[in-house]
Amino acid sequence: MPSEPFGAPVPQESGTPWAPVPYRVSERTQETADTATIELEPLEGTRRPDFLPGQFNMLYAPNIGEAAISIAGSPSDLRRWVHTVRSAGKTTDALAQVRVGDVLGVRGPYGKGWPLHEAEGKDLLLVVGGLGLPPLRPVLYEVLSHRDRFRRVEIAYGARTPKDLVYYEEIQRWRGRDDLRFQVTVDRAGTEWYGDVGIVTQRIPDMRFEGSSTVAFLCGPEIMMKGTARALQERGVLTSRIYVSMERNMKCGIGQCGHCQFGPYLLCRDGPVLPYASVERFLALREF
Amino acid sequence: MSPAPSDTAGVLERKDLGRLLEVLNGAGYRVVGPRVRDGAIVYDELRTEEDLPIGWRDRQEAGTYRLERSEDGRVFDFNVGPHSWKKYLFPPHHLLWSTRQEGNRLQVAPGPTLEDKPLAFLGVRACELAALQISDRVFQGGVVDPTYSQRRSSALIIAVECSTSAPTCFCPSMRTGPEVTQGFDLSLRELLSPWGHRFLVEAATDRGRALLRQLPLRAGTEEDQGDLGAQRARVRAGIQRSLPVDEAHDLLQENLEHPRWETVGRRCLACTNCTMACPTCFCSTTEEVPSLSGETSEHFRRWDSCFNLAFSQLHTISVRSSIASRYRQWLNHKLGTWWDQFGTSGCVGCGRCITWCPVGIDLTEELAALRAKAPSTPTTAQGAKA
Repeated sequence: MPSEPFGAPVPQESGTPWAPVPYRVSERTQETADTATIELEPLEGTRRPDFLPGQFNMLYAPNIGEAAISIAGSPSDLRRWVHTVRSAGKTTDALAQVRVGDVLGVRGPYGKGWPLHEAEGKDLLLVVGGLGLPPLRPVLYEVLSHRDRFRRVEIAYGARTPKDLVYYEEIQRWRGRDDLRFQVTVDRAGTEWYGDVGIVTQRIPDMRFEGSSTVAFLCGPEIMMKGTARALQERGVLTSRIYVSMERNMKCGIGQCGHCQFGPYLLCRDGPVLPYASVERFLALREF
Repeated sequence: MSPAPSDTAGVLERKDLGRLLEVLNGAGYRVVGPRVRDGAIVYDELRTEEDLPIGWRDRQEAGTYRLERSEDGRVFDFNVGPHSWKKYLFPPHHLLWSTRQEGNRLQVAPGPTLEDKPLAFLGVRACELAALQISDRVFQGGVVDPTYSQRRSSALIIAVECSTSAPTCFCPSMRTGPEVTQGFDLSLRELLSPWGHRFLVEAATDRGRALLRQLPLRAGTEEDQGDLGAQRARVRAGIQRSLPVDEAHDLLQENLEHPRWETVGRRCLACTNCTMACPTCFCSTTEEVPSLSGETSEHFRRWDSCFNLAFSQLHTISVRSSIASRYRQWLNHKLGTWWDQFGTSGCVGCGRCITWCPVGIDLTEELAALRAKAPSTPTTAQGAKA
C-alpha cells in the first residue's frame, strides 16, 4: 500500500455579513402617538454608506432584536441615517422610544429602490397611504434637488386621521411650493380639520398628469395600492410604469431567512420596490 | 491474487470497512454518519464501524417509519431517515453575533463559524448530494453565509449509493438519483451476493483519491459490475412514486386558487415536521438572548418553518393565518418559486416529508390532485378524506 498522509484541511475563519454596526441616536422627533423619527450618526468614521431611495436597513435595538425599517432621509446627507418607526411590537417599540445618545446597531442598506430614472422627462406621481410616506421621502428629496429632470410632480398622501400624519411641518412647506402639488386627505376627521376627507384613491381624479407619460410610485397598505393602481390604469397610466413597495416580515435582509417571500420574490433581495405588473396577480390572492 | 486497483477506483472488502473510519479519524476529521438512536437512523458522530446501523433496515410509508433487524449484515441497507446533513452546515441553533454595552459603546463580536475539526460526511445518498448542491445556491449563491461556506468547503463527502428504495422515494422523477454520479469526494456501493460482501469504491477528487490510496483495495471484476447492475435495477424497480418536476412550477402558478388547498389544509396539522426533515428547507428566525444584567446579549439564528403562524407576522397580524395558505406557500415555494429564486427545484425526491408527516400528507399526491381537473362541486362537499 502506498501510504501518503491523508490530512484534513485546515479550516479558514471568515467574517459574518450579519453583524450590525453601532450608531448613536442624535435626534428624535415624535411624529404621532406611536411613531417617531430617529436620526443616527456613525460612531466609527464620519459618514454612512450610500443608499438608494426605497431601500431599508436592519435596525438593532440592543438586547431586544432587529427590525427592517425603510430609510426616510435624504440620499445626499451622508452624515446620518433617518428612520421613521411605528411601535408595532417589542423591537419597534424599543426603536421608537430611544433617547438621544442611545446606541443602536445598523446593517444595510438592503433591497432594490424606486426606479427614479424611469420618471425623468415624465410626470411623477407618488400615492401614499399611512406609513408609506417614509420610504418615499428620499424620492422627494432627490426630485427636489434635480427638479428640472421631471415634469409635473404630484403627491397624494392619505392617513387615517389628522393625528396620524407624519412630517407635518415639512408637508406644510412642500405644500407651499409651486413646483410640486402635495394633497393630503384623511379617512375621518373632526371639525378641527379643514382639508380633504376620504381615502387616498379618491384624490386621483383630481391629480394633474398626462396618463400616457406618467410614472407612479405607490406605497401603503396592499388594498390601497391595488385601488390606486386600478384608478391610475383607468386614467391611462401604463401598468408597466406603476411601481409598488411591498412589505413582509424580514429577519435577515440578505435573502437567506425565507420570511419575506412573496411568490417568486424574496422582497429583501428582489424588492421591496417591484413593478406592479409583477405582483398584480398575487395581490388578488388571499393570505398569499 | 487480485489485480491491483486503479488510483480512482477499487473494491473494499467488507472486513476492511473499519479501515475507512480509522483513516478518517486519524486524518483529523470529525466523522458523522448514520447510526441507530431512538428507533430511527439519524446522523451523528461515528468513531468505529460498530457505530454504523449494521443489520438494520427501515420500513417507510406515508406517516410511518419503523426499524427492523435484517439477517444479512448489510451496513447501509436503509433509506434516508429524519435527519439530513443540513444540521451540520446550517445548524438548528447558531450564534450569529453577540454584543456588549459599555456606557455609550456597543461592541459587536461575530459568532463562531468554525468547528474544531473539518467534517467527513459518511453515507450521503444521491438525493442528499443534490440537496447539498441546492443548499449551495441558497447559502453561497448570493450573500455567502460564512458558517455554511466554511463547513461545506472543508467537509469531505463520502457518498453511499442506495442498495434499497423506500415506497416514499421518488428521486428518479426528480433526476437526483438513485445512482450516485457526482458531487462527492469518495463513493461507496455496497454489494452482497455469493461473490462476497464488499464495497465498490470510487474517488472523484484529489481528496478522494488521497483517501482511496489509504484503503486496502483490489481491482473490480465482471462479477462486481454484474451485481451492481442487478442491484441498481432492483432499487429502481422499488420506486413507485413520481413527481412532474418540469411541470410543477407552472402547474402551481396556475392553481394558486385551487380548492385542493382547502382540502389539504384541513388535514395538515402545521406541525412543521416536513420542513424540519426536508434536506433543503432553509427558513430561519432570530432570537435575542440578553444576559440578566443587560450588559451583554446574544443574537441567535434558529430553524423556523413557514407552517408557523408567527412566520408571516406583519405588524400585529399574520398574513397566512389559515393552514391551507401555509401549505400552499410551502409547496408553491418548494416545487415552484424555488426555480425563480435559485434556478432549481427545491425538492430532491427523498420522501422525508411524506414519511414524517404525522397524517401522511404526500406532496406527489397533492400535485397530482392539482393536475386533475378542478372538481365541479364545492370543496366543502369533499370533506377531508383526500
